[in-house]
Formats: sequence, C-alpha cells, structure tokens
Amino acid sequence: MYRIVRKEALRPTVTLYEIEAPLIAKKAQPGQFIILRTDENGERIPITINAYDPEKGTVTIIVQTVGATTVKLSHMKEGDCLADFVGPLGKPTETEGKKKVAVVGGGVGCAIAYPVLKKFHDDGAEVHAIVGFRSEDLVILEEDFKKSSDKLIVCTDDGSYGRKGLVTEALKELIDAGNQYDEVFAIGPMVMMKFVSKTTEPYGIPTTVSMSPIMIDGTGMCGGCRLSVGGEMKFACVDGPDFDGHKVDWDLAVKRNQMYKDFEAHKYEETCNLFKKEAE
Amino acid sequence: MANMSLKKNPMPSQDPNVRNKNFDEVALGYTEEQALDEATRCLNCKNKPCMQGCPVMVHIPDFIAEVAKGDFEAAYQIIAATSALPAVCGRVCPQESQCEKYCVRGIKGEPVGIGRLERFVADWHREHASGAAEKPASNGHRVAVVGSGPSGLTCAGDLARKGYDVTVFEALHLAGGVLVYGIPEFRLPKTIVQKEVDGLKELGVTIATDTVIGRTITVDELMEEQGFEAVFIGSGAGLPMFMNIPGVNYKGVLSANEFLTRINLMKAYKPDSDTPIQHPKKVAVVGGGNVAMDAARCAKRLGAEVYVVYRRGMEELPARKEEVEHAEEEGIIFKTLNNPVEIMADENDNVNKIRCIKMELGEPDASGRRRPIEVPGSEFELDVDCVIMALGTSPNPLIKSTTKGLEINKKGGIVVNEDGLTSREHVYAGGDAVTGAATVILAMGAGKTAAKAIDEALSK
Repeated sequence: MYRIVRKEALRPTVTLYEIEAPLIAKKAQPGQFIILRTDENGERIPITINAYDPEKGTVTIIVQTVGATTVKLSHMKEGDCLADFVGPLGKPTETEGKKKVAVVGGGVGCAIAYPVLKKFHDDGAEVHAIVGFRSEDLVILEEDFKKSSDKLIVCTDDGSYGRKGLVTEALKELIDAGNQYDEVFAIGPMVMMKFVSKTTEPYGIPTTVSMSPIMIDGTGMCGGCRLSVGGEMKFACVDGPDFDGHKVDWDLAVKRNQMYKDFEAHKYEETCNLFKKEAE
Repeated sequence: MANMSLKKNPMPSQDPNVRNKNFDEVALGYTEEQALDEATRCLNCKNKPCMQGCPVMVHIPDFIAEVAKGDFEAAYQIIAATSALPAVCGRVCPQESQCEKYCVRGIKGEPVGIGRLERFVADWHREHASGAAEKPASNGHRVAVVGSGPSGLTCAGDLARKGYDVTVFEALHLAGGVLVYGIPEFRLPKTIVQKEVDGLKELGVTIATDTVIGRTITVDELMEEQGFEAVFIGSGAGLPMFMNIPGVNYKGVLSANEFLTRINLMKAYKPDSDTPIQHPKKVAVVGGGNVAMDAARCAKRLGAEVYVVYRRGMEELPARKEEVEHAEEEGIIFKTLNNPVEIMADENDNVNKIRCIKMELGEPDASGRRRPIEVPGSEFELDVDCVIMALGTSPNPLIKSTTKGLEINKKGGIVVNEDGLTSREHVYAGGDAVTGAATVILAMGAGKTAAKAIDEALSK
C-alpha cells in the first residue's frame, strides 16, 4: 500500500505529501512524474515528483488543491493509504553539460522545478531561478531555491511578496543584462511556459518545458496526452514530459487541456459539498 | 441418440433497443436445459477435429460429453486442465474461425455451440463451486510475468499449476489487460475477469499492479536483483495509431484505447466515477475491427448517434460477423467505402465535422484484400462532435528500449522462436507483444507454449 507518511500544509491550498513507495523512490530522477488514484472511484491524475529518498523508500509530491481529486487528497491524513501510486513515469530531464541555466517555475510547478534546478546546481552549473506565484499565500520552497541557486528572483502577480509582475519580465531583464544561458527550463501553467518560450525565442536560447496535458494511463497506451511538437504527434507521458518549448503548438495544448472543464467544475463542487455534509 | 437439429440452440439475449441503453451483458447465456440439449448435438467424433481449431487444445468432445450427462463440474475440470480463462474465452473467442470452424456438424447446418457451452460450464462452476482451488506444492523456481493480459495470465496459471512461484507485474491498477480496459462490460462483465484472476491467486500467483516494467523495475533487474529465473513478456500491443490527417488533435478526437479505457477501466459512464468522458451527440468511429465495434456500441450507450466509417465494404469488415450484427441491431450506422480526409472544429477547437471521401474497391493488394481507391470529387461532410480512431495498435516500445539485447522486428514486435524464447536467455514473450494486435485466444496459446518451454528449461 502507498501510505502517506507525512503530510504538511505548506500554504493554505498547497500541501506536501510524503508517500511510501520504495520501488519508485529507488528509481526516480528529476523531471519524472507519478500517477495516483485516491480511492476505488478515483480518477488517475499525474503529479510530478518533488523529492525522493531511496533509503527511506519515500516519494514526495506537492499538490495544490484545485479540483475534485486534489480536494479528496487534501482530506486524507497521515497514515491513510492511496489506492494507487505508479511510477516513475516519463523521461528524466536532461541536465548534463550545462554551464549556465535559468530555471523558471510558476505556482505549484515550482515543486517540480526544484529537483531539476538542484540537479543543474549539483552538476556544477551556474543557476538562476525565477519563481512566480499569484500572491504571497502561494509562495513555496523559497529556502530550497535559495540554497541551490546562484540568483533567485521571487515574483508575485499582485506584488504581495517579492517583485510585482510576471516571470517573463524578470527573465527578459536577466537576458538583456547580458546573462548568456545555455538553456532555460520552464515549468508551470501552460500559458506561462508558452510565454517563457516566446520570450527566449528571439534570443535563440534553447528552452525546455515540462508539459502537463491531460493523462489517463501515463504509459503510452491511449494518446490522451498527445501534443503537436515541431509538427509531429508526441505522447507527453512517454516521449516527454520535456519538450523544446519553441516547437510546441501552444494554442492547441492549452485548448486540449480544457476538454473536460465543465465536468471538472461540476465534480469539484460535488466533492466539496460531500465533505461539507460530512463535516456537519 | 444425438440431437440432429441443424441449428444451434439460439443464445438468449437482451432486446437490442433495451441493451443499447445499458452496459449490462448482451448475451444472457444458456439455461441448463438449453445446454443439455445443445450438448447432445455433439457426435463425439473419434478424431476430434474441433480441437485442432483451439489454440489451447481444450478437450472439447470430452467436456461436452460431461455436459450431456449433466455433470457440469466434471465438464469444468476438463476445460480448466488446459484453459486458464474459460468464462472469458467462451465469450470473446471468434469460435467461427477456431473450434467451431472444424466441427463436423457445421458441414450440413450449424456447428455445435462450443463457445456457448464452454461459457455455460464456466459460469455454472463460478456460481456453484465451493472452496478455493488447492495450491500446488512449490518447486522452488521463481518466474516473472510482465503484463496481466490473456497471454500473461495463461502463462502464470500453467506455471503455478506446476508449482512455480509466479509474480505477474501489471502497469495499470487492475489485472486483465485488454479484458478490463478494452472489451466492454456488455460483452465481458468485469466481475468475471476478476473471478478468473482470483482463481489464479488461489493457485499461489502474486499479482503486482501499479508496476511499469521498464520504469518501476526493468527486465534485467527482475533477473539480476530480484532472483527471477525466467521472464515472460506479455505486454501486448497497446500503442494506438492515429490517422495522419488535418485536425487529428482537436478536442473530441480520441483513440479507441482512450475512449474504451475511460469507459471500461475507469467506469466513466457511471455517475460516481471521478473520470470524465465526453457525452457526444454524433460520433464517427473510424475503422472496422472488433475494437471499432466495441467503441461504436459504447458510444451508442452514452446516447450518441453513431457512424462506423470504414474504407472497404461491409464484406471486408475485419470485425466478427456477430459483432457487426449486434452493432447493426443496436442502431449503429455503417458508412462503408468511405475514408476520412480531414477533421474540422469550431473556434474553440471542438470537433464539429468530419470530411470523408468515397472509395471503390480495386484489385486485391498484398494482403489479398481488394485495395480501396478514392473516388475523385466525391468528398462530403458529416456533422459529428466526436471522432474515435480505431485503426489498430502496435507494441509499446518501453520494454524494448529498456531491456538489453532484446531483438525486435520492423513492426516493433519482439522476435521469438517456436517456443516463445526471445534473443535473451530465459526471457520469453508471447501474445500481441510478439504478433501485434491479434486475438485473446492466440495470446493464450502463446502464453501456454511459453509456460511449457519455461518449465522444460528450468526443470532441466
């Protein structure tokens, strides 16, 4: 069973879960993800791995409560078990041979940006981190980022913490200031990754993005997660999740992710009501 | 005295206009009386021609003789000696091209309903038998099976019966492979698959779900670190193909694998399931095989008007005749001799039309089937809000790319000899992972062959 050995609220809607999964802990590498299912009626959702401890046999994920499944998850306690936890899935992020990189994280995507950033750092690269959040109450992992990067810029959309504004503005300033990056790695909401790619394109800076399309099995058998990259069809779960940000068909990817928007909104409401009733 | 009726006892079934609105099983199965009556149509031929059509060599006349005597448990034991999944095979085997094809009674009239009798016997056993199967004594050897589809389950069952310590590794959260994610509930109830899997557990087989071989553990690690002496790869052909036409990535275009997985494995048609599914109004299912029929009939049950778009004619449909008939009865509309050329969408990228071109059949091609040729200027549009691609699947490349020295053919299938042995010592493979998409019973036959070879290799 996949026991929750530690649950920690990082922020009001952002929670860290440390899950007992020895086989995955032994194999996981930065950039890979897992698929979990909370219970028998649950759906399979992909979540990227934040950390792993092969000795302890645990895998850590950081989840923002945004919909039905993440609400269900947020009601689970330490000691409870997830029905399913599968991985590590996808190809690991390639971090070798880079001298200077910028890592751009957006929102809960920072949970994923962190292990990649740390790997760049541990491999000897000079690492600049730009992390963005909607507001102060969503800021996570600041200390971790600080420790593993040579420069850290924290942005919030509303200016409630750090610098006010979008990560793309901060990134552009760094580039214009003469920082020559071998690569920019971006992970966050699709729209953010799209605009990071648009920002770096005129400068010709190689840009890798970690895509997060809708997935079911995560093993390459359905093509629900397919993307158009450089005009070719790719399955994010097996060919990715990392792709060349300059080659991704962003508009299509963004639209495909809204396929079940109405269902998701309805299910979210239904789940919240269910927990409310239980509480009463 | 044999029953000389030229016709099989018909299969009691749900009315087409009732069943096309539910996911309950279509065919209801023989009653005891019908089974007894059908069993007496078997002539108990000395040379048993029917058996040559069965890839797992069920002793057909012997089990039917027990049915005729009314000893259904004895009949079950005869089937179970060679088949790991009788309740499944009785339902989904294409008997018309297997056992029943060779039945002597089929020369003048209809063959004996072997599949229907097998199903009856397996169902009777499930409902009446008490107590768990006895776990055989261990012989101390450990074998890993990759994939819990028909080939893996058969291989595991045969080895467990011989005393092997078998672990089956499955990537999904439920065992059964295509039996749970592909074939719909109305053809194969999932409780039946579960029972057959439980039967294997009683024999001592361990089923490790949520384990992706190639990611969670590799084949090499199974042998070098985990102490498995042999590995059977039955990972199937799960990689879906899409048409290379404009619009294939619009919202509402799905592979049949995705559509069927959402429905069958995730139960998305039930209100208490968290997994979403589109409830389309008009659907085009592209393809003409069994998977296309399953997808079309599922879409119908979600309330859609359904077209099957296939580039050859009705006669050339690769699906079983019975499936095509069931689909027609349920109101599926066949648009044969048509091929999609483009999928169109509204401003939000939601599918709203499919553009097709009419085809005519030319000379037979290399596969012996008449080649479809486009009729110039015959393009037309169909209003649809969902397109399901059921064009076939190919073997998933994950195991090949993570296993050292495993030889693969041009189509991605694992290369094996007649025993199922791959280019790696003590690594065997079978089923769709070797052949590409084929049938349940062929996969079972391959699992059986490999189990025999593994036993011979390890008991030396």
